[in-house]
Amino acid sequence: MGIKWDEFFITGDPLILGAQISIALTMIGIVFGLTYLKKWNWLWTEWITTVDHKRIGIMYIISAVLMFFRGGVDGLLMKAQTSRPEMEFLSSQHYNEIFTTHGVIMILFMAMPFLIGLMNVVVPLQIGARDVAFPQLNALSFWLFFSGAMLFNISFVIGGSPDAGWTSYFPLAGKEFSPSIANNYYAIALQIAGIGTLMTGINFIVTILKMRTKGMTLMRMPMFTWTTLITSVIIIAAFPIFTVALALMTFDRLFGTHFFTVSGGGMDMLWANLFWLWGHPEVYIVALPAFGIFSEVIATFSRKSLFGYKSMVYAIVGIALLSMLVWVHHFYTMGSGPAVNSFFSITTMLIAVPTGIKMFNWLFTMRKGRIKMTTAMLWSLAFVPCFTIGGVTGVMLAMGAADYQYHNTLFLVAHFHYVLIPGVVFAVFAGLYYWWPKMFGHLLNEKLGKWHFWLFVIGFNVTFMPMFFLGLSGAARRTYTFSAESGFAPLFLLSAMGSIVLAAGFAVFCYNIYWSLRYADRNISSDPWDARTLEWATATPVQHYNFAKLPEVKSLDAFWFMKKNNEGLTLKDSEIEEIHMPSNSGQPFIMCVLFGISGFFLVFEWSIAAAVAALGIFAGLIYRSFDYNDGYHIPVDEVRETELSWRNKKGEAHKHVS
Amino acid sequence: MSANVNTSLPLEYQSGQSRMNILGFWIFLGAEIALFATLFGVYAVLSGRYAGGPTHQDIIMIREVMIQTILLLTSSFTCGLAIFEMRRGNKNELIMWLVITLLLGAGFLYMEINEFIHYVHIGASMQTSAFLSSLFVLLGTHGAHVTFGIGWAILVIIQLIKRGLTSVTARKVFIIGLYWHFLDVVWIFIFTFVYLKGLVL
Amino acid sequence: MKSTRFVVLIIALIPMIFLTGCETNMVVFEPQGPVARTITDLINWSLAWMLLVVVVVFSLFGYIVWKYRERPDNMDYEPPEEHGSTVLEIIWTAIPILIVIALTIPTVQALYDLEEVPEGYEDKEPITIHVTAADWKWIFSYPEQGIETVNYANIPEDTPIHFKLTSASTMQSFWIPALGGQKYAMAKMETEMYLVADNPGSYVGKNSNFNGRGYAGMEFEVLAQTHEDFNQWITDVKETAPELTEEEYEELLKPTHLGRLTYANTHLEWVDHANMHSKTYTNPELYRYHGYQGKTFEEEDNYRNKETNLEHNGHHSDEDDEHEGHGGEHDGH
Repeated sequence: MGIKWDEFFITGDPLILGAQISIALTMIGIVFGLTYLKKWNWLWTEWITTVDHKRIGIMYIISAVLMFFRGGVDGLLMKAQTSRPEMEFLSSQHYNEIFTTHGVIMILFMAMPFLIGLMNVVVPLQIGARDVAFPQLNALSFWLFFSGAMLFNISFVIGGSPDAGWTSYFPLAGKEFSPSIANNYYAIALQIAGIGTLMTGINFIVTILKMRTKGMTLMRMPMFTWTTLITSVIIIAAFPIFTVALALMTFDRLFGTHFFTVSGGGMDMLWANLFWLWGHPEVYIVALPAFGIFSEVIATFSRKSLFGYKSMVYAIVGIALLSMLVWVHHFYTMGSGPAVNSFFSITTMLIAVPTGIKMFNWLFTMRKGRIKMTTAMLWSLAFVPCFTIGGVTGVMLAMGAADYQYHNTLFLVAHFHYVLIPGVVFAVFAGLYYWWPKMFGHLLNEKLGKWHFWLFVIGFNVTFMPMFFLGLSGAARRTYTFSAESGFAPLFLLSAMGSIVLAAGFAVFCYNIYWSLRYADRNISSDPWDARTLEWATATPVQHYNFAKLPEVKSLDAFWFMKKNNEGLTLKDSEIEEIHMPSNSGQPFIMCVLFGISGFFLVFEWSIAAAVAALGIFAGLIYRSFDYNDGYHIPVDEVRETELSWRNKKGEAHKHVS
Repeated sequence: MSANVNTSLPLEYQSGQSRMNILGFWIFLGAEIALFATLFGVYAVLSGRYAGGPTHQDIIMIREVMIQTILLLTSSFTCGLAIFEMRRGNKNELIMWLVITLLLGAGFLYMEINEFIHYVHIGASMQTSAFLSSLFVLLGTHGAHVTFGIGWAILVIIQLIKRGLTSVTARKVFIIGLYWHFLDVVWIFIFTFVYLKGLVL
Repeated sequence: MKSTRFVVLIIALIPMIFLTGCETNMVVFEPQGPVARTITDLINWSLAWMLLVVVVVFSLFGYIVWKYRERPDNMDYEPPEEHGSTVLEIIWTAIPILIVIALTIPTVQALYDLEEVPEGYEDKEPITIHVTAADWKWIFSYPEQGIETVNYANIPEDTPIHFKLTSASTMQSFWIPALGGQKYAMAKMETEMYLVADNPGSYVGKNSNFNGRGYAGMEFEVLAQTHEDFNQWITDVKETAPELTEEEYEELLKPTHLGRLTYANTHLEWVDHANMHSKTYTNPELYRYHGYQGKTFEEEDNYRNKETNLEHNGHHSDEDDEHEGHGGEHDGH
């Protein structure tokens, strides 16, 4: 197969060289550090082989923070390049690669794992379960995501970054116009990560439908659990479409088929249709859980039940259904005719109705409340006006005829950043500040949190607000430079300055994690926010079996009423039983490595090597089929000891009596 | 977690974990429906794009396809018989019907591979035109599922022989039964929308 | 206290940026023709409604957050149990639906209008221009006048121009913001749109759909002229411009940036890229500039296979016969 070593590593760009050196140094540093501190064993037994949903969630979140950094650096480079007209900081090719990876990483490897991470940590706790339905599958989901993410991320140092945009439109992304292997990374890395996501979807549907604790009917589920359920349903409906689209892309690029090519009767529009058939629901896959987070945070810090709980549920279901019926609004300009465009204009605008219902319900949850301005709540508050701007510009874009002028401009770019940053990133930050103690047993620093908040929100608005006006002035997206005569310069410069503030906010966030990890008070109650749902009805940080005795639910906001009526908070000695838990397994990680190797070979079009590596994947599946490990039991004494260690403390609502 | 046992249900549904696995598999089949629906959609869009290459009428061998169909439909029936015997607790009959199912499936697969070889032989490969690309990928995805199903069922049969009929092996047999029937349904759609429609239109 | 700062800030930020925004020319709000005007009117209509939504939500938000914030003096206030209000929920479901209806009607109207010759211009004889997008240039063919230009197009004022869009390579989006909205130009198919320029003037046109390394430079000029000037220009071109040959055309389609070119004939004589059965003018070898190089594929319908190219010449109209002929070849098997 003749490996072309001279093309293997990307050379000739000082930025990439710097990245290569720093990656190598970081890897050496990590290996050296782990060896020096003798942490390899700990890493393997406590983290890599874990099937505990909370630890898997934490690993998702750590990956997401790292990916946020990578995607953010991409964003800053783009902003630097467009800060002045005719700037020569990045070449056009380099810019194309960067906006492609920025998009893919931010959506698929930042937003998704952040939310799936929070789902993993929170949902089993909120429904009063001890783990998800399929713990080992859950670990496999994470490791497949990780495998895909790493494969995608090495592209810029080995083989070349994908450069056809995160939408990867054909025929540009095909071999006819992109003969390098770079776009194979897109097709294959996303495929691997996508399989993991699909399995997460199955896992959470079964978990939520089958593992709710006694008394928790569907209409008593916390809103975050509801949104997770609906999101999982959308995943099941939408991800297979992406699987097919990516597979066809792989066939076109590796085996010369004619699905999306110019020659041989292929149809480039078909790719756009398939991509957005998945891509639009994908937006709601990340937005719905975020709405769930806001619902929890707003209810807790207003000290009130969620206003209009039922209509919230119907609104989510409505959004989910409509999300499958709007994909054409991404290409009104394809000339599908006024009837088609009218239909999709209407369905798209209709999404504003359930979203509006949610917005007003949140506002009226706060009304008559007592709003406590914690950092988590500030994020939820900032969400309301920022997302409203994203929403109304969304309605403007939905109007097919008007979209002819907005399409592919920075107006569109500003719009979706106004939707995704308040709608997802703010939610993730709110969720992290809110649930951090559940994961780590300490709060994030509130003062640093407020710095983080203000810098980020101001930076965000200054970065993206000018883009609306740039778009209306005729600035097309994805152009690596612009002329001085265009008159775009002042707004581009303002936007670039905003991005620095935005980045400073993120830096404060990272520092906050570090500071809190080292110095924050560990002596906090299990319920520091006076919260309402079951995840607070157990220890902080949560013991690995979650609940010594599964709680019983009698109403919505179960924990709030348990506290009010002082019911179900005490644990009697006689109630403690042996707890059955699943065993750890190294297999998911091994599968991750095998998928990674096989995928890497396939990216480089070494089909035989890829097939050989794929045999390893099959061997793993066969091994799993014969694996009858049934888990283990935690003895009563150990449970009693764990429970005694956190109950009965001063200020603790939870009691233990013998 | 698996403490949730209910012995009044059929063997494969008795443990709580098994009930979750079966539900999970149904949801997986939902995802498979979305996957095949997409492939059918792609085929529907591209099936008229011959790019100067062979058309449906040029390549379809309806007699062979009829035999394939009969093989697969029969295998679905014998798979049903296998589940029936499982419910009656007859391990040996269960294994026998499963083996027959797999043999029929293998026969189907053999004929499909021959069909592909024939197509390529007459100059209709998946590189020839968009129509053929979509045809090969649709049929090939189904064929790959059948192949995967055969390999998987063999593993389950080995476990049946080693461990006998337990709630776990029963659940595995039941799930593979669902999978097999599903592939049969997909084939009925392929037969109708690819072969019959291709001959008529 | 934090909340006040926040609200004030958000409210202050918006007009601030609005003001800076007004300094640049927002071309979308300065339409130079009836098509663009239709869209601008629609945008203005939607802006009014959206502004209303923003004002309502922002004031409600400001009021609620201000009034119900936690203060040292209300720490003993315990919020009431409240689960919703059917009346309120119906109100905030119904009002958005009404707004959507108010936006839908003009949208659908405009979508249909934009497909036709603009109102008031129906009786004017339209001029047809075939637009062929290539990497990274725009080719304009005037079949009625028998001339072809690259990267600029002259049009007569007050005349509907019937643009027929296609692409010789990647997917591109044809956009002259001052005159109207965009539409994709795609290989082996044709999209079309009508544009009219009210007055003589020069307008920027561009590709807005990313299509590779040379994307940023894909701009062209549309020069609207008086009828006399336009006719004079046609005459001049026919007298002075060179003829485009097939070889030159193939050279033209390679991925390059070119300046303005003018020819006294059109490439439609030998290839119309909008035709589904036309030759494919791709050459992957010209795009090898980045990363590890993968394999590419030989295509039968590529323009470099000259022997079959000859057979194709001249009978694009009866491709049905041709394809049946191909089918027939395989009948024997």
